[in-house]
Amino acid sequence: MAPSRDSNVKRGDTGENSQISYKKAINAKSERVLQNRKHANDIFDVIEYLQSDKEKEIICASNACGKIFCELFERGELYVGQLPSEDEIVQGDRSAKEKYHIFMRHRYNNCVELLLENIGHNVFQVKESSLCAVMKFVSAEGKHPLQNLDWSEHYSFPRELILALVEHLLSEKEDMSLLISRFQEFLEMDDVRYYFMSSVRDNITRVMERNKGAVISVYQNNVFTLLSSINIPSQASEMTNFLVKQESKHEDWKAARLKEHKRAYEQMWLVFLKYKLPGSMYKKILVILHESIMPQMSDPTLMIDFLTAAYDIGGAISLLALNGLFVLIHKHNLDYPDFYKKLYNLLEPTIFHVKYRARFFHLANIFLSSTHLPVYLVAAFVKRLARLALTAPPTALLIVLPFICNLIRRHPSCRVVIHRPSAAEEPCDDPYVMEEEDPAKCHALESSLWEIQTLQKHYHPDVAKAAKLINDPLSESEDDISKLLELSTFELMQRELKAERKTIPLEFDTATELLKSSKEVLGVHFSLE
Amino acid sequence: MGSEITHLVYRSVMRTQERKDKYNLNEEEELTHFGQSLAEMEKMTDVIDSGSDTEENGLLSAELTASHFGGGGGGGLLRKKNTGDEDEEHKPKSRQELIEELILKSKQEKRERQIQKEEAHVLTEKLDQEWRSIQNLLSRKTTKPEQKDLPEKTKIHSLCQMFPDAACKVMQTLLSDSAHSMEETLEVRGRAAMPDLDMDGKWNLKDEEEEEESEKKAEDDEAEDEEAQDDDVESEDEEDDDAEDGHSDLQSDEGSEDDEDDEDQACDEEELSVKVTPAVNEEKMTTEAIAELPYTFTAPDTYTDLKNLLQGHSCDEQRLIVDRTVKCTHPSLCAGNKAKLQKVFGFLLEYVGELATQNPPQLKTINALIPQIHSLCQMFPDAACKVMQTLLSDSAHSMEETLEVRGRAAMPDLDMLVYLKITALLFPTSDFRHPVSTPAFLYISQTLTKCSVVSLEDVCRGLVLCCLAVEFVSLSQRFFPEMLNFLLGLLHLAVPEKTNTGYVLVSPFRQQGRNCDLLVVKDSSASLSWSRKPVSLCTAHRNTLDTPLERDHYRLSIIDACLDLVKRCTTLYTDLTSYSLIFQPIRTLLLEHLPAKSYPAEIQDVQKEIVEAISANPSQHAPLVFKKKKPIPLKLFTPKIVQILDYGKKRGDTKEEKERERLKHKYKREFKGALREIRKDSRFLAHEKLSDIISRDTERKRKVKELYGSLSTQEGEWKALKRKKGK
Repeated sequence: MAPSRDSNVKRGDTGENSQISYKKAINAKSERVLQNRKHANDIFDVIEYLQSDKEKEIICASNACGKIFCELFERGELYVGQLPSEDEIVQGDRSAKEKYHIFMRHRYNNCVELLLENIGHNVFQVKESSLCAVMKFVSAEGKHPLQNLDWSEHYSFPRELILALVEHLLSEKEDMSLLISRFQEFLEMDDVRYYFMSSVRDNITRVMERNKGAVISVYQNNVFTLLSSINIPSQASEMTNFLVKQESKHEDWKAARLKEHKRAYEQMWLVFLKYKLPGSMYKKILVILHESIMPQMSDPTLMIDFLTAAYDIGGAISLLALNGLFVLIHKHNLDYPDFYKKLYNLLEPTIFHVKYRARFFHLANIFLSSTHLPVYLVAAFVKRLARLALTAPPTALLIVLPFICNLIRRHPSCRVVIHRPSAAEEPCDDPYVMEEEDPAKCHALESSLWEIQTLQKHYHPDVAKAAKLINDPLSESEDDISKLLELSTFELMQRELKAERKTIPLEFDTATELLKSSKEVLGVHFSLE
Repeated sequence: MGSEITHLVYRSVMRTQERKDKYNLNEEEELTHFGQSLAEMEKMTDVIDSGSDTEENGLLSAELTASHFGGGGGGGLLRKKNTGDEDEEHKPKSRQELIEELILKSKQEKRERQIQKEEAHVLTEKLDQEWRSIQNLLSRKTTKPEQKDLPEKTKIHSLCQMFPDAACKVMQTLLSDSAHSMEETLEVRGRAAMPDLDMDGKWNLKDEEEEEESEKKAEDDEAEDEEAQDDDVESEDEEDDDAEDGHSDLQSDEGSEDDEDDEDQACDEEELSVKVTPAVNEEKMTTEAIAELPYTFTAPDTYTDLKNLLQGHSCDEQRLIVDRTVKCTHPSLCAGNKAKLQKVFGFLLEYVGELATQNPPQLKTINALIPQIHSLCQMFPDAACKVMQTLLSDSAHSMEETLEVRGRAAMPDLDMLVYLKITALLFPTSDFRHPVSTPAFLYISQTLTKCSVVSLEDVCRGLVLCCLAVEFVSLSQRFFPEMLNFLLGLLHLAVPEKTNTGYVLVSPFRQQGRNCDLLVVKDSSASLSWSRKPVSLCTAHRNTLDTPLERDHYRLSIIDACLDLVKRCTTLYTDLTSYSLIFQPIRTLLLEHLPAKSYPAEIQDVQKEIVEAISANPSQHAPLVFKKKKPIPLKLFTPKIVQILDYGKKRGDTKEEKERERLKHKYKREFKGALREIRKDSRFLAHEKLSDIISRDTERKRKVKELYGSLSTQEGEWKALKRKKGK
């Protein structure tokens, strides 16, 4: 940042001087403002620094402003109530003190405006210091409200300020994730969080309505980052951390009640999910939905609309929606028609290649663990998985093969797909219809798992071994597939490398050239030139 | 005098009594001869038996007494004579005789050696003469100036050429008995002639000989070398050939030759090889245009050492350097060599990787190094396996990491492709499970499913991997789904219309989107000028195609290769039950989507062949049934037959362990038996010695008694005479 010394010593000197001078100036002026009302006009200079080009000056000025106005709040030197315009001050017959208060209040408003603008600054340090200053004001304003409030009915919290802050925080143009993660610290305070959630809700509605529900990925990303960083305490007794202490009727305060928090949280999410989301956002939400969002909602079943919509999108998103649906079906007694049919149709060749493969098979294993499922359904699943296994990588095959075997074990009547002694030795076509969407009509039960027989010739020894299991009656106990779910190719390779081997077989043919061997294929199509 | 004698006799008697008292008299060190300990004497010569020595000792004392009491009792004299005769018969040779014999023997040996040396000298002379006669011819034939620079060297070569079996034998002797020949050299020349240089020269010669033994392909390569290299190398190669011939001769003639000959020629060759080294040094000095490589290289300790050693040489030279380095550090030469060579293998592979990623890739050099890599791998399968495994797992690991971070990884560069190819060359890929091949399979699988294809280079790399995959499974015919998926994806890249396809693509390909038209031929007229020829492997590293026409040709070549691979797969996998299911997507693509009409006729032919090979209707199969169980045999009362071992307990599980246990047991038993035998022998010997001494002592006692008796009778007679006289 600092210019090199040799090239422009002069500038360096002046830079240093100015550095010292601006700090001195700001500090001196802010002290003077606080010392004596006579120097009130110095506040203009301090506020002017907020618009400076140099980040350091802005940061310094933000801190100074924070200090000045907090002090003024303490002293009660800011005008309370409906603020008359500045022109009115001259005309109206007010005391000098009142005039001063009005003047200062105007400066305060100016300052807040500038600080909020600075939240959109492109230097993070500036953003951070502005944010901190605003939060200081929030805290001060909470203690010393600027409106005349009826204490018995209202709880003092600077909602307008929060709303304005949210508006700037959830930028439509810029990724604010860094600042939002900084902001998380404030969200730990219960009252801030509560008012914040309702402000966010309002903000989403306003912004989305303005854009007529179109996807604004930057904005929605910001919202998602913010929303996912909100954590509601699990018990009401944990809610003790407040930015603004209410003097009376603390218990009745909404911000102090867990139920209200949950409701606000839920509404905020629902409003967010109501609008169309970018494709990648679905995945992000669905990944955390079942474990961090749904438990914090007061009524998780409200998520059903979103989940159904996501489930119908197809592909990886459907897979992820499964998890949320499962929670709803399992814990909230939700009835989902044609669930298994949809699950069956989720089985596509790509299922073995997506990132969420482990999650899918984990859930599929749970869904198909019921022994009350009809045989045709299980057979359809078995046959379809076997068919898809023809294009699967070894890591997936090591899951699918035991999975299929487990299904057959659970449903012994399904055994005909690997053992049909009645029709033995009579060649027939495969009656299974892959294209049929209804598992009841795909004739899987009349088929055999020739695909698994094919996989007995797979290049990987473990896969071949697993496939060979169907040659003999299956053992009674099920295989544990949970360990295999997260298996990666590298881990599989590692297994092979760790195995102790006494002798290493070597190639029989002598190697003479790179592209010359008894079974050369590469050399046919490629040359060394 | 009489008192002296009595004193002596008394002493000897006393000594025997003392000995008798002592129980362990055999172990006593008292047995001496001429004041020397007998134990020492025994050490010096085994011929002189300890038993005879003691006899001699005993005899001496008996003789002494006999001579001193000369004409005493007639019986005594007679007995003395008898014992003397007996002793002479018993005693085989006197000590002096033995020594004389020894001296004679050694002299004879010396003479023999002298004769050998002379013979050797004569032979050398003969060889030299013969050489000179031919050298003239040679020099007339090849009038190159270098000829004069290296006469000694070529001399050896031609010598070896002319007398291959002799040369070979010389080498053998030299190497097997180098210490002895050093002694010989000392004797012949009267000085210890710089052993290092000598040995170096020898190793060189031996190396070249071994080169022949280890490499079967020598002939081909040598032919090339002869063209490429100067005639020095040429002659060396000739020598190699001869060495090989000599070796075969040796095997047939081995028995007939005498050992002496070997030694002669050992000396002979010694002298010659000494001459070689300065010749080599001279060659180093010469600033001839032809770079001459030294014959010895120290094995590099670090990768940079190897790089410095190899860089700047032509590929054949690099091959020679590596070859010589390996030969110079052959494990049989020094204890640490094995580890060094194992390291060299790792460095070599690292070097290969670097060559493959240079721009342009030095594939020719890699190609030249393959035989060396192969032979090193044959020498150290374990180390080679380790190195390969680390290379694969490192690359797979870094790929895994980038996958986790970014979701997609780049296709591996040419170095990994070359490593995989080398894996296929060094290790069998048809094994059910193999410590290197199986990870290599997994590596290919990982790259074919996870690495994104965004450029023509990626396409090329993917195609190379597919080629390798086909190669890997060509023998075992094992099923490789990822490869087929990838081929389908590659062909999909050539399809112009991507919607409504009747097949599903899997990772890393997408139905449509960016980089999905990589193989679509832009200008259909390109197919007219296209001809089938192998694509350069270097394009997998960096594509240097500039014109659109070149690019289209390249695309066509890749499509052609893809189709050929598919064709190979269709023949490979015909026996699989799901054959038609597996190939159905490819069939759909080829029939309905691939713009084959715009392709050259050659490609169209392949396409038609494939479509014909894959029938539209799936074949019929019998429903699956379990394997028929073997009926459980009835329990019978046949005795359980157990192998009877020569020791009681059955230890160890595997065959080798059992064998080791057996040998251990056998050794123990033999050892115990031997100990027992030794103990028995010594006991017997001690017993014999004791009884011998006892009998001799009783004999002497008896004699002394007799003497006393005769003395007393003499005295009595003398007294009687005196009395008579007195009377």
